[in-house]
Amino acid sequence: MAEETKQAPPPARPPIWNDPVYRALFFQVLVLGGVILGGAYLVNNTLANLERQGIASGFGFLERTAGFSISMTLIEYSEEMSYGRAFFVSLVNTVLVSLVGIVLATILGFIVGIARLSSNWLLARMAAVYIEVLRNIPLLLQIFFWYFAVLRNLPSPRQSVEVFDSFFLNKRGLFSPAPVFEPGFWLIPTAFAVGVVAVIFLARWARKRRDATGQPFHTVYVSLGVLIALPFLAAIVTGFPMTWEYPVLKGFNFKGGSELIPEFVALVFALALYTATFIAEIVRAGIMAVSHGQTEASYALGLRPGPTLRLVVIPQALRVIIPPLTSQYLNLTKNSSLAAAIAYPDVVLVFAGTALMQTGQAVEIIAITMAVYLTISLLISAFMNWYNEKMALVER
Amino acid sequence: MADMQQAYEPGTHPDLPPPRSTVGVVGWLRQNLFSSPFNWAMTFFSIYVVYIIVPPILSWTLIDADWVGKTRDDCSRVGACWVFIGVWFKQLMYGRYPDTELWRINLAYVILGVSLTALLVPRFPWKHWVGVFLLFVFPIIAFYLFVGDAFGLPLVETPLWGGLFLTLVIAIVGIVASLPIGIVLALGRRSSMPVVRAICVCFIELWRGVPLITVLFMSSVMFPLFMPEGVNFDKLVRALVGVMLFSSAYMAEVVRGGLQAIPKGQYEGAQALGLSYWKMMALIIMPQALKLVIPGIVNTFIGLFKDTTLVLIIGLFDFLGMAQLSATNQNWLGFAVEGYVFVAFGFWIFCFSMSRYSQHLEKKLHTGH
Amino acid sequence: MKNSVSVIALAAAAVMFVAAPAGAGTLEEVQKKGFVQCGVSQGVPGFSNPDEKGNWTGIDVDVCRAVAAAVLGDAGKVKFTPLSAKERFTALQSGEIDVLSRNTTWTLVRDTALGLNFAGVNYYDGQGFMVRKDLGIKSAMELAGASVCVNIGTTTELNMADFFRGNSMDYKPVVFEKADEVVAAYDSGRCDVYTTDQSALAAQRIKLKDPKAHVVLPEVISKEPLGPVVRHGDDQWLDIVKWSLYAMLEAEEYGVSSKNVDKVKSGSKNPIHKRLLGVEGDLGKNLGLGKEWAYNIVKQVGNYGESFDRNVGPSTAVGLPRGVNAQWKDGGLQYAMPVR
Repeated sequence: MAEETKQAPPPARPPIWNDPVYRALFFQVLVLGGVILGGAYLVNNTLANLERQGIASGFGFLERTAGFSISMTLIEYSEEMSYGRAFFVSLVNTVLVSLVGIVLATILGFIVGIARLSSNWLLARMAAVYIEVLRNIPLLLQIFFWYFAVLRNLPSPRQSVEVFDSFFLNKRGLFSPAPVFEPGFWLIPTAFAVGVVAVIFLARWARKRRDATGQPFHTVYVSLGVLIALPFLAAIVTGFPMTWEYPVLKGFNFKGGSELIPEFVALVFALALYTATFIAEIVRAGIMAVSHGQTEASYALGLRPGPTLRLVVIPQALRVIIPPLTSQYLNLTKNSSLAAAIAYPDVVLVFAGTALMQTGQAVEIIAITMAVYLTISLLISAFMNWYNEKMALVER
Repeated sequence: MADMQQAYEPGTHPDLPPPRSTVGVVGWLRQNLFSSPFNWAMTFFSIYVVYIIVPPILSWTLIDADWVGKTRDDCSRVGACWVFIGVWFKQLMYGRYPDTELWRINLAYVILGVSLTALLVPRFPWKHWVGVFLLFVFPIIAFYLFVGDAFGLPLVETPLWGGLFLTLVIAIVGIVASLPIGIVLALGRRSSMPVVRAICVCFIELWRGVPLITVLFMSSVMFPLFMPEGVNFDKLVRALVGVMLFSSAYMAEVVRGGLQAIPKGQYEGAQALGLSYWKMMALIIMPQALKLVIPGIVNTFIGLFKDTTLVLIIGLFDFLGMAQLSATNQNWLGFAVEGYVFVAFGFWIFCFSMSRYSQHLEKKLHTGH
Repeated sequence: MKNSVSVIALAAAAVMFVAAPAGAGTLEEVQKKGFVQCGVSQGVPGFSNPDEKGNWTGIDVDVCRAVAAAVLGDAGKVKFTPLSAKERFTALQSGEIDVLSRNTTWTLVRDTALGLNFAGVNYYDGQGFMVRKDLGIKSAMELAGASVCVNIGTTTELNMADFFRGNSMDYKPVVFEKADEVVAAYDSGRCDVYTTDQSALAAQRIKLKDPKAHVVLPEVISKEPLGPVVRHGDDQWLDIVKWSLYAMLEAEEYGVSSKNVDKVKSGSKNPIHKRLLGVEGDLGKNLGLGKEWAYNIVKQVGNYGESFDRNVGPSTAVGLPRGVNAQWKDGGLQYAMPVR
């Protein structure tokens, strides 16, 4: 038998145009060639157009003086600085509005998602109505509504709504006292950092001890105590090196203190309310995905409801919740670009708006803007993949 | 008393009525609203929220609202002024499309409505033909109806298009055109050829990673530079291309989900029958995969439908854009809220019914497995 | 709907056979397609504004109509493309429009780096400020600390920054994409000040809820010469647009209007009239146009003064005085180069 197989002639190779290997190769070369040709065609056209019309090109404009000002700056900026600096200012604004939006949307989404599952009929119905109404209305419309319709009804600066003479709400935004740090303040955050490190070690030690002896340890309470007590102690030692600066009505507007411009408030509000509806549905699906048997088994093992929720239900629900949650975060970040419609100075408004029109360099600026969002998206997806892998390891 | 003394053999005791407090209205209330102190608190909280939200909305939109009239003076301004919507209704629906040509849009609506109903009715016999008609014949009919300049119809230029009509055009063209592109991209992404796969992944991730507004900016300010000298497109066509690119990436991911759900045996079976790659895909895999992803497609459509409002930022007057424009008319300043509410209601009806339909489909498809 | 298939087919066809006519001038193209494609604003009363039916009026619109009258003999053969501030230059550069007449300020950068040519000035403007009357402000120098509503990407945005910086005053800019949004935000009280060209302030003012409750401050902080724009590199078309505008000015200067143009043409002995209206010589030939190019402009569109009075003059809702836009003989800046 073995002899025979050896002597059998090798299977005839198909002709080259029918060979799957060559076919695949040919096809790929074809596609790649098509893509390269198409790309070259576009690039060629663009370059020809730019040259023919004498439009400036290149990234040199990033170092030129911007000359326009920005209504909200977290890092230092003035009109004398460059377009590049203006870009970073607007990037920080985009990141800020996304982060605040994500935090608020997550909190609200979890509350509403759990409320939707509540045994209280009225509460569950209310959550359902909220979800069904807001998720089916375009976000841009909601932003306009909060900005143009609600803003109109706020009082003017001189008739501001006041709370304790330190918080003021009016058409120009929300003004609140701002902390002023005095020398020696650095000790407080340092103390806090030390507390965090201590808590991490404490948690490790507690877990080891539990694994070895089975004795639980109230890590949460002890950690909270450490985290509060250390900075407080530092504050006493340094004599509270911090004062508050209060906003005061001067001329047209409030001066001093910290200010939240209404564009920011409207945008965050709309983003959070809209995204929360999607997060609520995700949370609900996640909790429902953990089968009831898990809870029953946990009770049968003698765990009480608290630990059951913490150690059995939530970890499993999170595995279902986190991936779609991440993509909602991604959506929220991308949706923050709607700021352009209501004058919140984010990347799209400042960079792809003012800077684009002042320099006329559409290609470079749109490319940078897209690259910014693409980078953020890729970072978030990378995190998601990392998290998924981590979760997969926990699974047994 | 007698009952209590009476002794029963095991298993012969007659059924007693359930306790009063667990049946009827009282029972329902106790169970669903007042089962624990926390629940009590939640119930009162909910009632309070409903109390502060619902009555003012009702009185503004319905009770105090003004419904009839011709000018702003017919409105008392206590509640909503729906006269505003009435006066601008034509613009909100059709934009500046000439009055005498409106029948063209309405005719297309009727054709679309009838064919869609035929598709949605479960037991309609010639579904395939209707589908072919919708995908291949209807676009041509609609194109000539809307644009005109042929068959004796006068030309209506796209700057005159607007309102809900424009919103529907953008959303439907976007979704229909992105389906074939999305299928190709999804197949490419699952291909065994590394170059093809890499190109498709790059394309999909690029468009999924950027916001639609930047895509629209690109199509409005960069696109003209991509074209050779002398070639330029209508603003609407440019926006459509942007929307198409954007939604095709999302469509590709939806279709990929469907492809992944097809068991491997289907592929192997098709290969064992000696079918080529394209035949296998066209005859075996795609029909099953596409059926699975219909809810996904509907959801993508809902998202796209809501996102079309962004075209107002590049200066097309869609449903929302038209409402804003109407509210800047000298005679109708200060009626923006009525416009927003009306547009929100319009979008809500569409999106809500579509999402219900997709949920219904999902349930129906689930029972098969 | 669903016309995607046809659109793609059209697009493909367009790309295939349109690659060639790169050399053709704008004049030939316009004559071939039979209309002038004109870029205008998205609605500034008096300058370029559509009514409910989509008919455009305004002094910027009249420039385009004049060009159409000169080139095609019919002022009605114009198609209008409403453009945002952001899109306007790309639309011109890409050839989507033939002429941009959209209160655009003539600046060095635009004339050079953006690949544009300005054909003249049809309105001399300057940037001003509008505030609420009840604030009791008399001068722009009192605006320190104010919130200012402004349209994005305009020279206005930069002038405002220069003004406040030059006078060491701080301010808060609130920047919007569309003029309508700027007005809406100012009207709702988001800003203390609304700044743009003075003509536009007057025009947009009628879009406010209570136009009388606002006042325009006396300071003019910049020069804003507004005029029609064409692409670099097509001198013939530049000449046509330039001289169409001058013909309107020249007609006013020498007393020719749409009402008396026929009488002047047949009866006048004045050689300037005869040259302008094509009775004597053939100036149109130098532009590549017919003899009656200027006659058509005056007959169908009117002279500059008529256009001004009809669209933005004191009797209209916009109500602008002639001011620096009067003829040079009356002490204004409008000065047509001699048509000869």
